Amino acid sequence: MTATTQPSTIDGLAIRKDFPIFQQAPTEGRLPLVFLDSAASSQRPAVVIDAVSDFYARTNANIHRGVYQLSEQATLRYEEARHIAAQFINAANPRECIFVRNTTEAINLVASSWGRTNLNPGDRILLSVMEHHSNIVPWQMIAEERGATIDYIPLTGDQRLDLEAFDALLKNEPKLVAVTHVSNATGTINPIAEIVRKAHAAGALVLVDAAQSVPHMPVDVQALDVDFMAFSGHKMLGPMGSGILYGKREILEAMPPYMGGGSMIRKVTLEKTTFADLPARFEAGTPAVADQIGLGAAMQYLSGMGMENVRQHEIELLDYALEQLPGVPGLTAFGPEDVNERAGVISFTLGDIHAHDVSSILDSENIAVRAGHHCAQPLMHDLGVTATTRASFYVYNTKDDVDRLIAGLHKANKIFGLS
Amino acid sequence: MSDDLYRDIILDHYRNPRNRGTLDPADYSYEDVNPLCGDEIRIDVRVKDDKIDESAFSGRGCAISQASASILMEMTDGKSLDDVKAITKEDLLEELMVPISPARLKCALLSLKVLKAGIYGVGHEDED
Repeated sequence: MTATTQPSTIDGLAIRKDFPIFQQAPTEGRLPLVFLDSAASSQRPAVVIDAVSDFYARTNANIHRGVYQLSEQATLRYEEARHIAAQFINAANPRECIFVRNTTEAINLVASSWGRTNLNPGDRILLSVMEHHSNIVPWQMIAEERGATIDYIPLTGDQRLDLEAFDALLKNEPKLVAVTHVSNATGTINPIAEIVRKAHAAGALVLVDAAQSVPHMPVDVQALDVDFMAFSGHKMLGPMGSGILYGKREILEAMPPYMGGGSMIRKVTLEKTTFADLPARFEAGTPAVADQIGLGAAMQYLSGMGMENVRQHEIELLDYALEQLPGVPGLTAFGPEDVNERAGVISFTLGDIHAHDVSSILDSENIAVRAGHHCAQPLMHDLGVTATTRASFYVYNTKDDVDRLIAGLHKANKIFGLS
Repeated sequence: MSDDLYRDIILDHYRNPRNRGTLDPADYSYEDVNPLCGDEIRIDVRVKDDKIDESAFSGRGCAISQASASILMEMTDGKSLDDVKAITKEDLLEELMVPISPARLKCALLSLKVLKAGIYGVGHEDED
């Protein structure tokens, strides 16, 4: 991803009017909310909340079952959302977009289904040290079950993937490379196109954890040539419980179902079941219909702004924050310095003040940030810290939010007597 | 509100912890972590005549978890093991004298959980 040179047309303050949560008055005695934790879960605009509510109010029925009008309408809207998702990431076919609850479920689906049929004793999987636990633990589980071995791509001093080490690890001939597009803890953007090209040349498939990229920048699965890509709706203005597993059609078609049950069958007898085609094969049981429709609405809302614009808006905030933060005594920020190599995420430590104390003091100023290990304990270990404080940006953030953050950090320093 | 949370008593115990260190040998030793934020506390205890003769804590973490451990050392100094077993989480929270939000309860109570697990033996009911 490269930054456009045009300034962003997004006005964070104007956009907040679309979000009910920013319209409510703060609790008495509290300042207006500064929300800097979108990397954990974003806020949702009224169009998304309305899409969910409208489904239940006007077209609620189970899908792919009833032959009555209401059920047909529900099915239509659910499948429309799938088309929107396919367009959003430029999938060749909507059938390649499997609805899942979140990134975690998407990765577990691939680890279980693909892993169980393709991994054999002695096979290798290649992950990286910067992965979220959701792109480590499912692989550890299936590797143990199948007798496979996991290698990890190490990091450089500024928390980027060590690509020389990656080249060397590819010589182990891994069957799969599973890496994150953007680190949730440091914001590092990984060169996915290059990783995919090299992995394919070495005979490996590639799964990309796109939980922190698809919400924030244009992502084209065909241009990147990824084999699998996973992301969550709730980090991109959509409902919790919505998400997508993208997979290349021929690969998904060769995979056995992940869960058995209703919707995913062609024919069931007491002796044997034959399975449905894509995408139903991987969507057993009644799905989160309203939530996936809400995700479609979120994607349309983001497309209306333009993902290039979203990215540019975050680059501008990031630029501003990275310029201001060194003025806070004791602050150490992690991640690449070049804003073209990082998303709108800043992870930092403040002297020897624990991240939870920093976060509590910021909360007293009604500034919401994340504190802790960010579900990336191996990365924290690599950084030599137990926890960091993380501020993350989205379309509704402004430079004023950054100013409030900086003032809050000065206050934390003052309370702990550091300045 | 956090301005209240970081009152002098917490900051005093955080900066000048009582009984910080380790005891070797000790009659009871136990350590545990708060998986949410990585707070770590270890407590060593020496017992004489069924009373706490010496105690020490070590570990690292947020001001709340470390100050709470220091305060707990003061609370339990010289107390009988039965009295220590009878300490409730409400007792400790009262000694902290600051309002603890639900999100920070695990930080505040980790030391008590560790001390009791040490005295009762591993497998003691969770203090959460």
